[in-house]
Amino acid sequence: MRNIWIIWRKELNSYFVSPIAYLLLTLFAFVAGFFFWVQLRGFIEYGMEMQMSGQMYPMNLNEMIIRPLLSNLAVIGLFFIPMITMRLFAEEKRTGTIELLATSPIRDVEIILGKWLAALTLYSCMLFLVALNMAFLFKYGHPDWKPVAVGFLGLWLQAGALLAVGTFISTLTRNQIIAGAATFAVCLMLWVISWAGQFDSSAGAQIMQYLSVTTHLESFEKGLLDTKDAIFYVTLIFVGLFLTTRSMESLRWRS
Amino acid sequence: MITVKELTKRYARTTAVDHISFEVQKGQIVGFLGPNGAGKTTTMRMLTCFLPPTSGGATVAGFDVLEQPLEVKKRIGYLPETPPLYPEMETAEYLAFVGRLKGLAGANLNKQVDYVCERCAVADVKNKLLGKLSKGYRQRVGLAQAIIHNPDVLILDEPTAGLDPKQINETRDLIKGLAGDHTIILSTHILPEVEQTCEQVIIINKGKLVATDSVHNLQNRARGAESMLLEIAGRNGGLDRTVVERRLGQIAGVSRVQFKTSHGNRNVFEVESQKGFVRGDLASAVVEAGWDLNELKPAAMSLEEIFLQLTGAETPAPAGEPASKGAQ
Repeated sequence: MRNIWIIWRKELNSYFVSPIAYLLLTLFAFVAGFFFWVQLRGFIEYGMEMQMSGQMYPMNLNEMIIRPLLSNLAVIGLFFIPMITMRLFAEEKRTGTIELLATSPIRDVEIILGKWLAALTLYSCMLFLVALNMAFLFKYGHPDWKPVAVGFLGLWLQAGALLAVGTFISTLTRNQIIAGAATFAVCLMLWVISWAGQFDSSAGAQIMQYLSVTTHLESFEKGLLDTKDAIFYVTLIFVGLFLTTRSMESLRWRS
Repeated sequence: MITVKELTKRYARTTAVDHISFEVQKGQIVGFLGPNGAGKTTTMRMLTCFLPPTSGGATVAGFDVLEQPLEVKKRIGYLPETPPLYPEMETAEYLAFVGRLKGLAGANLNKQVDYVCERCAVADVKNKLLGKLSKGYRQRVGLAQAIIHNPDVLILDEPTAGLDPKQINETRDLIKGLAGDHTIILSTHILPEVEQTCEQVIIINKGKLVATDSVHNLQNRARGAESMLLEIAGRNGGLDRTVVERRLGQIAGVSRVQFKTSHGNRNVFEVESQKGFVRGDLASAVVEAGWDLNELKPAAMSLEEIFLQLTGAETPAPAGEPASKGAQ
């Protein structure tokens, strides 16, 4: 436990002493803020239109702003996650510092968990910035907070799963660009794979639907905490991290 | 302290380390000598549990590298060929991180960080970024990192590589100073380094152990450079050995002349001399006396030659050659 904490602290530190963390936070805040602004403007214009035309349909902040925003964030996340994970192991392999970690009295799994948790922490900081946007809705409106919390939990789980995949890919190469590009490709595939099965109900199509990280997010976005979907993400986290431990071990046999 | 038994590391096509066995006693400095690519780094990586051996094994401080890697790692300080530094960290911060990794905490950690900074002369760059340090400082921070948890065993992979002569001397002194408390294995391909710092030498080549001996013994052999072998033949068949011995014994600097063997007309004498160059005098004395000087060479090889011969590299021209040429 202590070792995980040591690695976590060191990783987070290296994110925040380099421009990486600030760059990612700024870009993410900007892009997410833009989406938020677009949704909010649409909502306000729609509201004014309704007032002018005298029609009074019920308007819902959760349905009209928060839900689409959450689903946008899930996609934006796909672009940012490779940038968080690509350096985790590739950098250590390139500079040789992996030798220090591997010859210290600390288990591989502790190194991996420390690094993954650090990546997840950085992503949580990014999500927090978006939550700040949402806070304004609570200040001026009365959205239901429970679906928002569930939605964020979903985003967080999805990020955890993709970060685990990214961590794994980062152990495969000593080149950060390759790690980043490969992670991006895999994240993208895990997103669009559901499209293949959209107009089809064969078994293969259903498997592809099931593998997609975004289909499992739908229930979260709606504010439904579905254990089936939560389990999917948790499983993906375990698989990703397990593959990472295997890869670390094979690193020793090969290098 | 360290026992290596039949240690082997095989890769798909090559055998990097081939059945190496040796032992290192507590408190010794051992030089691990071999040309580039001999398997030094691989052996060290196996001792530090970075690489698992293909077969055979090793124990460090009584713990097996395969069975109890965590116990071994606790007792080993390791400086890889390139010091494992994080460029974005400051020296003191980095040393504290490594200290924590090795299990130090609290006041003890701070004490050790201060201690190694002092010991390795990096205290003046404590708050500098590692990425901005010069090569010499990086190497010393690497060394500081290796001794931070006061390990029983220190494994140093080419600790002086890439340093300038002054830094090399400083690093050697530093390593010698560490010897009392730690058992040290250091790899190098520089011979004088072994002569100056180590007590024991392990020479490997192409993955195989070619010699393991104390530096003292090797130096004794090397000291034989002052003892010359002369092969002398008489012109007309006969040669009086006592005459030769007396004649050569008269040369200034020669302390002893002894007949060794003879093959027919060719007689081999061993001439011991005090430190000083007497080969020219020997050669001319032989020629003046009317004998043929067939060969004149140092009786024992220098450490360099021992090394080159053992590792199968090309031997340099025998040192006695110019003198014997002059005689013809």
